[in-house]
Amino acid sequence: MQFMLLFSRQGKLRLQKWYVPLSDKEKKKITRELVQTVLARKPKMCSFLEWRDLKIVYKRYASLYFCCAIEDQDNELITLEIIHRYVELLDKYFGSVCELDIIFNFEKAYFILDEFLLGGEAQETSKKNVLKAIEQADLLQEVCCSLPSS
Amino acid sequence: MPAPIRLRELIRTIRTARTQAEEREMIQKECAAIRSSFREEDNTYRCRNVAKLLYMHMLGYPAHFGQLECLKLIASQKFTDKRIGYLGAMLLLDERQDVHLLMTNCIKNDLNHSTQYVQGLALCTLGCMGSSEMCRDLAGEVEKLLKTSNSYLRKKAALCAVHVIRKVPELMEMFLPATKNLLSEKNHGVLHTSVVLLTEMCERSPDMLSHFRKVLILVPQLVRILKNLIMSGYSPEHDVSGISDPFLQVRILRLLRILGRSDDDSSEAMNDILAQVATNTETSKNVGNAILYETVLTIMDIKSESGLRVLAINILGRFLLNNDKNIRYVALTSLLKTVQTDHNAVQRHRSTIVDCLKDLDVSIKRRAMELSFALVNGNNIRGMMKELLYFLDSCDPEFKADCASGVFLAAEKYAPSKRWHIDTIMRVLTTAGSYVRDDSVPNLIQLITNSVEMHAYTVQRLYKALLDDISQQPLVQVASWCIGEYGDLLVSGQCEEEEPIQVTEDEVLDVLEGLLVSNLSAPVTRGYSLTAIMKLSTRFSSVNRIKKVVSIYGSSIDVELQQRAVEYNALFKKYDHMRPALLERMPIMEKTATNGPSEIVQTNGETDSTVLDTKHPPTITQPPSQGNDLLDLLGGNDVVPVIQTSLPTKPPSAGGELLDLLGDLSLTGAPPPAPASVPSVPMSQPPFLLDGLSSQPLFNDIGTGIPPMTAYNKNGLKIEFMFERSNPNPNIAVITIHASNSTEADMTDFVFQAAVPKTFQLQLLSPSSNVVPALNQGNVTQVIRVLNPQKQQLRMRIKLTYTYKGSPVQDLAEVNNFPPQSWQ
Repeated sequence: MQFMLLFSRQGKLRLQKWYVPLSDKEKKKITRELVQTVLARKPKMCSFLEWRDLKIVYKRYASLYFCCAIEDQDNELITLEIIHRYVELLDKYFGSVCELDIIFNFEKAYFILDEFLLGGEAQETSKKNVLKAIEQADLLQEVCCSLPSS
Repeated sequence: MPAPIRLRELIRTIRTARTQAEEREMIQKECAAIRSSFREEDNTYRCRNVAKLLYMHMLGYPAHFGQLECLKLIASQKFTDKRIGYLGAMLLLDERQDVHLLMTNCIKNDLNHSTQYVQGLALCTLGCMGSSEMCRDLAGEVEKLLKTSNSYLRKKAALCAVHVIRKVPELMEMFLPATKNLLSEKNHGVLHTSVVLLTEMCERSPDMLSHFRKVLILVPQLVRILKNLIMSGYSPEHDVSGISDPFLQVRILRLLRILGRSDDDSSEAMNDILAQVATNTETSKNVGNAILYETVLTIMDIKSESGLRVLAINILGRFLLNNDKNIRYVALTSLLKTVQTDHNAVQRHRSTIVDCLKDLDVSIKRRAMELSFALVNGNNIRGMMKELLYFLDSCDPEFKADCASGVFLAAEKYAPSKRWHIDTIMRVLTTAGSYVRDDSVPNLIQLITNSVEMHAYTVQRLYKALLDDISQQPLVQVASWCIGEYGDLLVSGQCEEEEPIQVTEDEVLDVLEGLLVSNLSAPVTRGYSLTAIMKLSTRFSSVNRIKKVVSIYGSSIDVELQQRAVEYNALFKKYDHMRPALLERMPIMEKTATNGPSEIVQTNGETDSTVLDTKHPPTITQPPSQGNDLLDLLGGNDVVPVIQTSLPTKPPSAGGELLDLLGDLSLTGAPPPAPASVPSVPMSQPPFLLDGLSSQPLFNDIGTGIPPMTAYNKNGLKIEFMFERSNPNPNIAVITIHASNSTEADMTDFVFQAAVPKTFQLQLLSPSSNVVPALNQGNVTQVIRVLNPQKQQLRMRIKLTYTYKGSPVQDLAEVNNFPPQSWQ
């Protein structure tokens, strides 16, 4: 996966995870164009489209679009499952997640994503394990005093 | 200094902004506060401030002044700080800025931290955005962690290693030892990431690939793991809709693909498991289909046995019928990839593919169209073309150009008849005429010139199309060209294919002039119509009208038109004697390499089963070497109006024998006007001789008063010469031979050949037929033109060959009794 974007139906960006090095300007340009393209799609259309030399896989959950850019040799159908798994994780963590949760707790959304994917690939295929890790890390945050260093 | 507001508070506040300006104001205020807080080196609230900065960054506002702060957070000992610090680094820093290198040391320390979640943060950040320098520095640490027994860290280290390898491929070797027992892990996370790592290494290095195949013998291990996944019972931890860890299954299948590619042994070892997955996977949900999809890709890419390949194609065929459009999409994409190699198997699903042309989704339609063109062959051309033309009518404009080009290509390759071909072209031009590619116009013109017997039909249909609609430029251009070229056929009402229309010369000129003045015509189109009008001056009799039109455009604002008109004017005035020669019928154009998008129609190696034209055009026995080239190019037994110019290079059956016998007589033919790649390709006419490709009398002036003569009369075969003098050029004698047969049996395969002395030049046009019917029931006529610039006495040697009652007959004769008027 090269990048993942979450955006609302009005085109507002809610999360951006880039797995390839690009300048800020380029990222903005790509985001703008892609958001426009995906929002222009009609509901009956399929979840895949070609854009530049990438394959775009997107799915709408309630008011949020989840959009991934994958490479030619990646499997589009399993990417849909990846997106779905991420939504399930968010749902379990926030309890019936909605867009507002992601807006107000964006940093947590990133933490969860970073426990699920690393470098664009899934690092953990067990839902339970991802959630357990997040839970433990959150607990660690609660412990406010310094950590013993290495 | 009051405590900076909390993150959630800020978000709430910003969201209350009603205008962009209001939001900007709030942001600026907060940024100022954050900046001063940073300046004060406030450790307590740094984390909170950076988090707020990250939020504002996501809204699109600049946040670069927070970069160094992220580094400070990473260096902090508090886990909260590190978490936000690393997140900030991933969002705000990128490898172009040197600042990021300052992270290296922190990451190194954190990779060795006692708390695995800290180590995890470090691995994640490195694996996400580590630059080449950082990777080089820290590869050793990653490699160490790859060997740890802590599965939480091991899986992250594996993906981090993938990133390191991508950034610094030379470091790949370093990770090799650690891969030895990666697959013996039980933990799915580690297994999954290990497979990803192994895949990356195999893809990058053929040496690695063979190492993994032969030394580590990965294939059986992977097969075993996959088998366990499929056969094992329900595992709640990894279950997705009844399938156990689909993510891992898909990655394993992908790695198997790479291992099995071009390797017989590996492919064989995975044959069974692939068949098992293909048949046992539950297809009701997307997740099952995802696995099947990957399986199909693998089967098609390795050296699988044919039964397995057919199974794979059938899976794709079933996908095509799935309600889920995503599944249909991947099916079409995959079929497109395999249509070359497994053409017959894909053909079986042709009707389903054609149905997908009617799908609502644009991407599906496009793929269905590409696939349909790939499947067109000689057998299904009629049916397929019907569907594709229907598609062309109703599809979105973005498809029309490609579809039109595809139709032209397919029609050219597989047209069952000339008439069908012309009709198809007409259909495309009239329905999608404005979308046809520019290069189609010359291609079509070439095609039309090649279909000699269809000229009258073609020009008539094009004329009728023009009467309906002059807005589609490619149609108008082709039509103008044809009318200019074959206008004489149009007004003489010679169409055999359909009811000939009654059209006067004035009506035709009206239409062409209409194009010149119409707003709808592009400048190029106007050029075409002006030239067409000019050409008609040698084909029509209303020359004065044409002269008038041409002179008007001599003062046109359009420079191109003006130039043409002025030149044509000059032709009328000063060079009128050259006019007929310049405006004569075009020769058949040499077919060059395929123009246009040839990727749309893919060759499929199937034999063409073109249906012979049911009309009976004269076929001339060609010496094989020259005839077949042109015939092959035209893809069938199309008739080429052949002129038997007896070139010395001709093989024996045609010219050699004559050469032997005729000694001092030269066998010169006319030099071909266009550079021919095959030197002996017969060209239709040399440039200096005049009008007319067909074997009709060329000029209206028949009454020259030269009496006909009998050139040959033997064994029941009588050949008479009828003379015409061509008006503009008295050096040319036009002779029409009439061959008749008074015997009781037909003379078939009749060929007439002639040779003249060196000072003459000779041209033979195509005969009307090669069967001389018995009992004088009909004549074979053929036109000979002889150029005699030195006005010498005309002499000719003729050779006749034909088949009579099953046996071949051949005869030579000299013709010396030409009437003086024919050459003086």
